[in-house]
Amino acid sequence: MMDIMKRIYMDHSATTPVDPRVVDAMLPYFTEKFGNSSSLHSFGQEAAEALSMARGHVADSIGAREEEIIFTSGGTESDNLALQGVLSREPGKRQHIITSVLEHPAVLSTCDFLKSIGHDVTYVPVSSEGIVDVGDIERAIRDDTVIISIMHANNEIGTIQPIEEIAKIAKDNDVYLHTDAVQSVGKIPVDVDQLGVDMLSISSHKLHGPKGVGALYVREGTSLTPVIFGGGHESGLRPGTENIAGIVGFAKASSIAKERLGTDPARMGRLRDALIKKVFNTIDDVRLNGHATQRLPNNANLSFRHVEGESMLMLLDIAGIAVSTGSACSSRSQHASHVLDSIGLDPDYIHGSIRISLGRENTMDEVDYLAEALQETVAKLRQISSPVEC
Amino acid sequence: MYSKKIIEEFTNPKNVGIIEDADGVGEIGSTIDGDVITVYIKVDDDVLKDVKFKTFGCVVAISTSTMVTQLAKGKTVEEALAISNEDVQDALGGLPKGKDRCSGFALDALHKAIEDYRNKS
Ligand SMILES: Cc1ncc(COP(=O)(O)O)c(C=O)c1O
Ligand SMILES: [Zn+2]
Repeated sequence: MMDIMKRIYMDHSATTPVDPRVVDAMLPYFTEKFGNSSSLHSFGQEAAEALSMARGHVADSIGAREEEIIFTSGGTESDNLALQGVLSREPGKRQHIITSVLEHPAVLSTCDFLKSIGHDVTYVPVSSEGIVDVGDIERAIRDDTVIISIMHANNEIGTIQPIEEIAKIAKDNDVYLHTDAVQSVGKIPVDVDQLGVDMLSISSHKLHGPKGVGALYVREGTSLTPVIFGGGHESGLRPGTENIAGIVGFAKASSIAKERLGTDPARMGRLRDALIKKVFNTIDDVRLNGHATQRLPNNANLSFRHVEGESMLMLLDIAGIAVSTGSACSSRSQHASHVLDSIGLDPDYIHGSIRISLGRENTMDEVDYLAEALQETVAKLRQISSPVEC
Repeated sequence: MYSKKIIEEFTNPKNVGIIEDADGVGEIGSTIDGDVITVYIKVDDDVLKDVKFKTFGCVVAISTSTMVTQLAKGKTVEEALAISNEDVQDALGGLPKGKDRCSGFALDALHKAIEDYRNKS
């Protein structure tokens, strides 16, 4: 049996612990090598060198070239820069964006803003398995469409979108393609040429790097304007003295993640599949949300009838397990998660969803412990909720 | 963050169940919103001899349900009707922000059960 006091973290889609090797790589850049990369002296040179090395490592992890990496403060800023940066090339001109109902708020809220200043947005729907229909995207293209933004992997249900196919359509129609790959980089192989994207967002803290740093990959030849203004850093696209320590950590984390791609995805997939099997064998009225195979290897989003997500989360937390819920009663938000809404989940199930996102350090023992705790949790909550005596 | 008292009540709820021959039943909420609370009362000589609940819902829905039933049990119908939302929240050591909407459901369900009882008798 598991040591009761040990806490088990299974919420890696929210954030990940920083790898100790990443911390080691970062430390000198706070104290000894603290220079400003724009300074000409040796302190500045050290910083500039570190920045260039880091850029190379991040580029290498996604098959890009060094010049194509723009460091930002994270996934949110990268998404903002991609969308706003394309649309603000022609101020005052009404332009059209195609995105999906499944996107992260970093894209959806940016689209809301762009709509508020006069642009037009088409949100393509997704199937009940959480996948966009490439035909819907093709049909949505208009003369004034300038960018398509479809996430690579979804943060809640882990579904992986057919980016390669969308890229062909984008190319044929001379429209930019941006993908939010915040959840996929480090979990599955991501190569910008294979995907065929023009822009791609990454966030360091989802791949065992520090928080508050990320990148936007910008394919050479892509025309983009900055959305914040200042000095000439990051090819003028993201002014501000660089967060060298953070960037060095991000780069180290990217390299480690790339190295581990040979083993981590398969291992996590095995744990995840074992978990799903155990849950389906021991608990009635449960569903797996998202696609059976087109999904991240570390993600299991499960819905249980007659139990509520927050209550499940709290009982699991008391058992020492950290997961998350996309569903909340209407007190917390207007609706249950827009993602679960978008796949048309049965109302009897929509409030009882939890997301389990595994990480490198999770073990089969922990998965067994979670499966047992889930069984107890669901039984307990159903005893409280069920209209018939259990 | 939830108070210690809320977590305690949530993890060890009292009065969970159905009263088969209830004198009054009150249900509040819908599965669409994600909280459904049903309160059952047994009344004898104008006193709530037994109060039970079934709740599908969040931590607040469950902890307020058990608290409302505990506060109401043994009270006269009039006294039970006088229980306020604040009484429930105080007994739970306060509620976090953003949970106002479902915090009153359990009390509403109790009041509905009393109404049901009065309509019947
Ligand atoms: C798909 C997706 N995009 C963007 C973000 C935002 O990234 P960051 O936290 O680095 O701003 C997240 C993180 O929650 C995410 O999951
Ligand atoms: Zn609630």
